[in-house]
Amino acid sequence: MLSVTALTMRFGGLKAVDDVSFEARAGDITAVIGPNGAGKTTVFNCITGFYRPSEGGIALTHASGAHFPLDRMPGYRIASRGKVARTFQNIRLFAGMTVLENLLVAQHNPLMRASGFTLAAVLGLGTFRAAERHGMEKARQWLDRIGLLDRANDLAGALPYGAQRRLEIARAMCIDPVLLCLDEPAAGLNPRETEALNELLKSIQGDGCSLLLIEHDMGVVMRISDHIVVLDHGKKIADGTPAEVRADPAVIAAYLGEGDEDEEAA
Amino acid sequence: MAYALQQLINGITLGMIYGLIAVGYTMVYGIIGMINFAHGDIFMIGAFLSLISLLGLASLGITAVPIALALTLLFAAALAALYGWTVERIAYRPLRGSFRLAPLISAIGMSITLQNFVQVSQGARVKPMDALIPGGFQIMESDGFAVRLSGMQIMISITTIIILAIFTWLVTQTPLGRRMRACEQDLRMASLLGIDTDRTISITFVIGAALAAVAGLLFLLYYGVIDFFIGFIAGVKAFTAAVLGGIGSLPGAVLGGLLIGLIEVFWSAYFSVEYKDVAAFSILIVALIFLPSGILGRAEVEKV
Amino acid sequence: MKHALRDAGLSALIALGLFTPLIGLVTESGDHGLELRARPIAVVVVVSLVFLGRLLMLTRAARIAVPTLAGPSPAMLRAGRAVAPMLLVFAVLLPFGGSRYYVDLATLVLTYIMLGWGLNVVVGLAGLLDLGYVAFYAVGAYSYALIAEHFSLGFWTCLPLAGILAAFWGVLLGFPVLRLRGDYLAIVTLAFGEIIRIVLINWVSLTHGPNGITGIPRPTLFGLAFSMDGGEGTFAGFFNIEPETIQRVIFLYYVILGLALLTNWFTLRLRRTPLGRAWEALREDETACRSLGINVTNTKLTAFAIGAMFGGFAGAFFATRQAFISPESFTFIESATVLAIVVLGGLGSQLGVALAAIIMVGGLELLRSFLSFLADQMGSELFAGIANELPLYRMLVFGVALVVVMVLRPRGMVSTRTPTATLAPLGGSA
Repeated sequence: MLSVTALTMRFGGLKAVDDVSFEARAGDITAVIGPNGAGKTTVFNCITGFYRPSEGGIALTHASGAHFPLDRMPGYRIASRGKVARTFQNIRLFAGMTVLENLLVAQHNPLMRASGFTLAAVLGLGTFRAAERHGMEKARQWLDRIGLLDRANDLAGALPYGAQRRLEIARAMCIDPVLLCLDEPAAGLNPRETEALNELLKSIQGDGCSLLLIEHDMGVVMRISDHIVVLDHGKKIADGTPAEVRADPAVIAAYLGEGDEDEEAA
Repeated sequence: MAYALQQLINGITLGMIYGLIAVGYTMVYGIIGMINFAHGDIFMIGAFLSLISLLGLASLGITAVPIALALTLLFAAALAALYGWTVERIAYRPLRGSFRLAPLISAIGMSITLQNFVQVSQGARVKPMDALIPGGFQIMESDGFAVRLSGMQIMISITTIIILAIFTWLVTQTPLGRRMRACEQDLRMASLLGIDTDRTISITFVIGAALAAVAGLLFLLYYGVIDFFIGFIAGVKAFTAAVLGGIGSLPGAVLGGLLIGLIEVFWSAYFSVEYKDVAAFSILIVALIFLPSGILGRAEVEKV
Repeated sequence: MKHALRDAGLSALIALGLFTPLIGLVTESGDHGLELRARPIAVVVVVSLVFLGRLLMLTRAARIAVPTLAGPSPAMLRAGRAVAPMLLVFAVLLPFGGSRYYVDLATLVLTYIMLGWGLNVVVGLAGLLDLGYVAFYAVGAYSYALIAEHFSLGFWTCLPLAGILAAFWGVLLGFPVLRLRGDYLAIVTLAFGEIIRIVLINWVSLTHGPNGITGIPRPTLFGLAFSMDGGEGTFAGFFNIEPETIQRVIFLYYVILGLALLTNWFTLRLRRTPLGRAWEALREDETACRSLGINVTNTKLTAFAIGAMFGGFAGAFFATRQAFISPESFTFIESATVLAIVVLGGLGSQLGVALAAIIMVGGLELLRSFLSFLADQMGSELFAGIANELPLYRMLVFGVALVVVMVLRPRGMVSTRTPTATLAPLGGSA
């Protein structure tokens, strides 16, 4: 449902991404991997609207048939209309606001509509109160799911690292996305937290959301992905199932010395 | 025709002064990514230091113009450099990791402090000074209008060219310059490679301040009158010049300065004097909206 | 200790370099033009202060750092919650206890509080550094004055118009510039503020130029004017009492009090709406907001427009209170003062902004009049001199305070933030 076609991104004279094409099928967990500098985050930023591609196209099709040309949409529309959510490599929570508020901000658009563009909210009308309650309920459910219910009123910036990562994912999920893009979600997590992450991501997939992730931790990648795309120096060098990719000589060459210790039998 | 030529000469002269100030803005922005709001006031302080130096030298009996000017230049540049260094250490360095608005607000606070410090200590009235470099010569005459190139204008151009030449040599040919350019490219990487980034940043401020002081001296000599508020207006205009030329680009700052000087002078001559500042400020707004990377600058891509 | 002495000595040396020329040698008009006058004592005093100050900082650094970083204690927080209602009661009762001087002063302070609350929406909540807020203040004032002059409309009719016009200019300015990043936005708003001021001075046919506009009508209380003749249709006539100027002064005081409270109420309500939350989220991290589908530009524009609207209201009030306006009242210094109030009060904190305005505007004025009083009583030249100089020092103090607060306590005086929504531990939500 997400198709990237001949994507090219140039920064000055440097081609960060060179003619990359792949598809992420609905309901799949698709992983984009590759050595550092391969262009993975650049592809991500193109998909989520933070960069405008120099060439090529990115198209998203919902189950309903609605079609969104992501490469031509402004960033916030990709999230609000295209229903594509993302997390960031360097966690970008609203550190000065509470955990609960972070989740409420994510529900900004439906809450804004219900608030009659704020007028009903200021006057405290009933329709708005109902919508706020609904928003709180959704936030509560997610907090429960990621185990942060008891820290709802704490500052997001005060949470430990692993909790912050989970919160960022939950916040992204609060926009009800059809595609969740995760930029190195396992970075900095210990094995137990990584295991919990795998379960969380699998359960999100179980809810019907598709996932696209950049990741270096091969354990996570091999364990949960349905489909892997491998980039190196801006070009795609492999595309297939975990088993296929693992055996691909080009991939092994690109990763020479890297990742062997992390690979586990799926 | 002659009238236009005169405006051209005047505009270029003014533009050189703006260019000297603009270089300071663009250097600091290039290296730590913030606008040094207090920079215009360093220019003003440079002008005051020059005034005090000239008065002091005169009272000591040193009235030979070249010597007095040379000594004043050194004096003003050195002390303004000290001011620049102090401002960076007190108001900017502690805030380097802080939230977005903090260094900005601190810079504005510093600007207000410097302006009012001079106002309080030197008085709010304007300070006039006799012309030190009289004379000049007539270049041509047509339509009854004589085009004059004053001695002061020649001096400004020569001084600016020399100073900028030294400065360019400094940035491109010396190890210090290389360090500055490395920090400008990637601060963290430069620090990981062993460059003392704190020191390099301080030196950037110091050099910028010195250049602004030279501009202050030239301004004092050219216009013959200064007050504590000149830094504010000149600062915004010089910053406009830096943006117009391409923020982060040193030749761009000079180019921008010349452009702003020309625009200001031509606008005053052909349209209205009262609105000349409006013209400059409007250009800032227009430039930032339509040409944010300026003429010679690179497009800035936000790292996510 | 030796290390601290060396450091303090170095600081003193630097101070010597910085201050000897500019404090030590004053340029003054003499017989033959400018002359230099030496003031060595002033330099010695300042350098000594720097030396001592630095020494104190270094030797007690640990003890100073702890209270500033730890934030207010629970006892302070509880006390803090009581401050707001106390202030409100005090404000309502003030005119009955004070003389005209105090009511006037309080009116001035309230005007700044309202401006501070208005700018707080833009800078404190949404995190947009607006250095030209005075422009909206001016638009409000001049709109009211001109509309009243040309269309003979009263204050209460013009008040919403002034706000709408100011908001309109807010949108007009904001639309192209709000997508600029922080520094650029700051300097562009600064430039805009200056442009407005220059236009006000020079567009004489519209704004009467530097002479300003006089004879601006005063507001009425349900149609009752506060004129001095005490006849039909006036306040004094209606209540059958002697007309006195103090009545109008007190009325105006309650008008600004009402306006300020309205601003406060509106802002507090807004904070709890999705829009208000989005503003604060914008301030925290704009990129994350975009990734959550928030239309960042529109959100910023709304903050800008609402902030401008309150500035416009305040401007209209200013015009009516003085009955005279001129471009001189709308300089960058005003923008800087209001910004200082917002920053020092703690970005986003309503109470903090009010306290900052009270201390900085009211406090300094009270200090000045107290020193004048002392000077008169004691026949002291020194106090009289200081009292006269105090307004000059005000902006200097503001500038220094801005830097000091940013370096030591970036979140301002009242640095705790009340969350807009809380979750009860078990069952049901707040």
